[in-house]
Amino acid sequence: MTNPNGRFGIHGGQYIPETLMNAVIELEEAYNKYKNDPEFQAELTELFNEYAGRPSRLYYAEKMTKDLGGAKIYLKREDLNHTGAHKINNVLGQALLAKKMGKTRLIAETGAGQHGVATATAAALFGMECVVFMGEEDTIRQALNVYRMRLLGAEVIPVKSGTRTLKDAVSEAMREWTSRISDTHYCLGSVMGPHPFPTIVRDFQAVISKEIKEQMLQKEGRLPDAVIACVGGGSNAIGTFYNFIDDKDVRLIGCEAAGRGIDTFETAATVNTGRVGIFHGMKSYFCQDEYGQIAPVYSISAGLDYPGVGPEHAYLHDIGRAEYVPVTDEEAVQAFEYLAKTEGIIPAIESAHAVAYARKLAPTMDKDKIIVITISGRGDKDCAAIARYRGEDIHE
Amino acid sequence: MSKIAEAFKNGKAFIPFITCGDPDLETTAKVVREAVKNGADLVELGIPFSDPTAEGPVIQGANLRALEGGVTTDKVFDLVRGLREDVTVPMVFMTYANVVFSYGAEKFISTCKEIGIDGLILPDLPFEEKEEFLPLCRQYDVNLISLIAPTSENRIAMIAKEAEGFIYLVSSLGVTGVRSEIKTDLGSIVEVIRANTKTPVAIGFGISTPEQAKKMADISDGAIVGSAIIKILAQHGRDAAPYVGEYVKSMKDAIR
Repeated sequence: MTNPNGRFGIHGGQYIPETLMNAVIELEEAYNKYKNDPEFQAELTELFNEYAGRPSRLYYAEKMTKDLGGAKIYLKREDLNHTGAHKINNVLGQALLAKKMGKTRLIAETGAGQHGVATATAAALFGMECVVFMGEEDTIRQALNVYRMRLLGAEVIPVKSGTRTLKDAVSEAMREWTSRISDTHYCLGSVMGPHPFPTIVRDFQAVISKEIKEQMLQKEGRLPDAVIACVGGGSNAIGTFYNFIDDKDVRLIGCEAAGRGIDTFETAATVNTGRVGIFHGMKSYFCQDEYGQIAPVYSISAGLDYPGVGPEHAYLHDIGRAEYVPVTDEEAVQAFEYLAKTEGIIPAIESAHAVAYARKLAPTMDKDKIIVITISGRGDKDCAAIARYRGEDIHE
Repeated sequence: MSKIAEAFKNGKAFIPFITCGDPDLETTAKVVREAVKNGADLVELGIPFSDPTAEGPVIQGANLRALEGGVTTDKVFDLVRGLREDVTVPMVFMTYANVVFSYGAEKFISTCKEIGIDGLILPDLPFEEKEEFLPLCRQYDVNLISLIAPTSENRIAMIAKEAEGFIYLVSSLGVTGVRSEIKTDLGSIVEVIRANTKTPVAIGFGISTPEQAKKMADISDGAIVGSAIIKILAQHGRDAAPYVGEYVKSMKDAIR
């Protein structure tokens, strides 16, 4: 799917300062060396299975299916992974790669804190130094995750520039990387940034759709009719889509954070409201003004609160292979509460965006159809914020 | 020959960087004229960007102030039209790829030609991506400036061979900003550049004092200074022009 220069159609590329070019070239060479190395893959599989708890379950949500009265619904339980989200898949892969490259220090950006926690976890496991950049605004929204990262031995740096959210955390991590390259690997958390990151992160997350396919064939003897995942940068979504891209009968649906609605300025629905641009190392869709100034986006979800989207998603949108639908804060919060009450599963507010769209889609489909929703993370971290959204003030 | 070459004819070149619209465009115009009067050989004009990922806190602040003041690409073009009534030294834009791309690359680059901008510095457009804008830059006779960094190593020759206008040699790792000491072995990088091209080399990032400027100019063809000037602007605001002029004079005198 990737061209040699890291292009997905017109998207992707390597729009980064010259200072970083040799670092990404070195990374690409190392990745090409190890990606088909049986020893590397065996080590990674061991980590996935014994440490992260893979394969994650594909759970038949019977009550939800009956309640919605349409398509049969399965949940891909990435929330059951160690550290509580899909982020660990990518981080274990990159940390192992960094170790092979002789790096001793990991830096990362984080929005909701899930990727920061996963990186801090891998750093602890591999005995590496770890620094996580997090928008100051998000350190407040996700205080518990800040504590978890520090507990794991990471240094958390609140980013005070710009909108003080995920976008600014990425910018700051890039700045840090330009100042210290020789011992440091930038463990990027999503399928974004300069080549080869969108490809590397996708390959490590593709385990999600590989497992869905195997589990679905085992349980139902056929492929699903639709797979649904939330999209910020888009790593759990590309992981969910990847092994189905060539199965044209499987609908691929990405749920973007519409915030207060795509007709307002308080939204983070990049594919639905943005246009093509160049930022954070890649050409893709971005929320921006007429002069190319990056827009201050908004979502209740710190993990989806990003003005861009990964270049492979931009490409899948361009060729019409995947659909990207907007889901508002209110719809996501309702889905968060719905899944808790219906199935006894509290999803991350990010994943709740995917649940929300499935609630609309399932009743329109016949009972012999099958939908898989990726529950990318667990929602414990969001309880205080959702309570506040509902007007209740809880102290953690 | 590129008009930029003229900047390197009066001994070593002094190149100030100024963010357009910090704190407002009238001040920028005054500051540019004062800098030129006091010996600036080439002026680097920054078009502000919301998320300048190659900049340290000082220039980030300037970008923010300029955007908050309502500066747009079109207003910067008007500023240059006004400056070109009397300013004759080469001028280049420094901005980010999205500012050019989003405006429409051809519309942006043809306007550069029309208003008298001689070059374009885009820190997030490395050698591998220069085809994005290079054909248009050639068509409209605007030099796309190449950057070389302390980490470029095996890439120096490749970049130097195709460089136009001048080469921007980044002195240190990291982002723009004042540094007390520059540790990179720049002499050996310049040697590789010289072996591959006749295009002049100017060094930037971290230079603030006349001593540093002299040291950098001694091993290259010029010195680029940004953050130190932005600091003067931050301190004196709308009254900054004479202070910038005085500073430029001290720097040019040191390297001449």
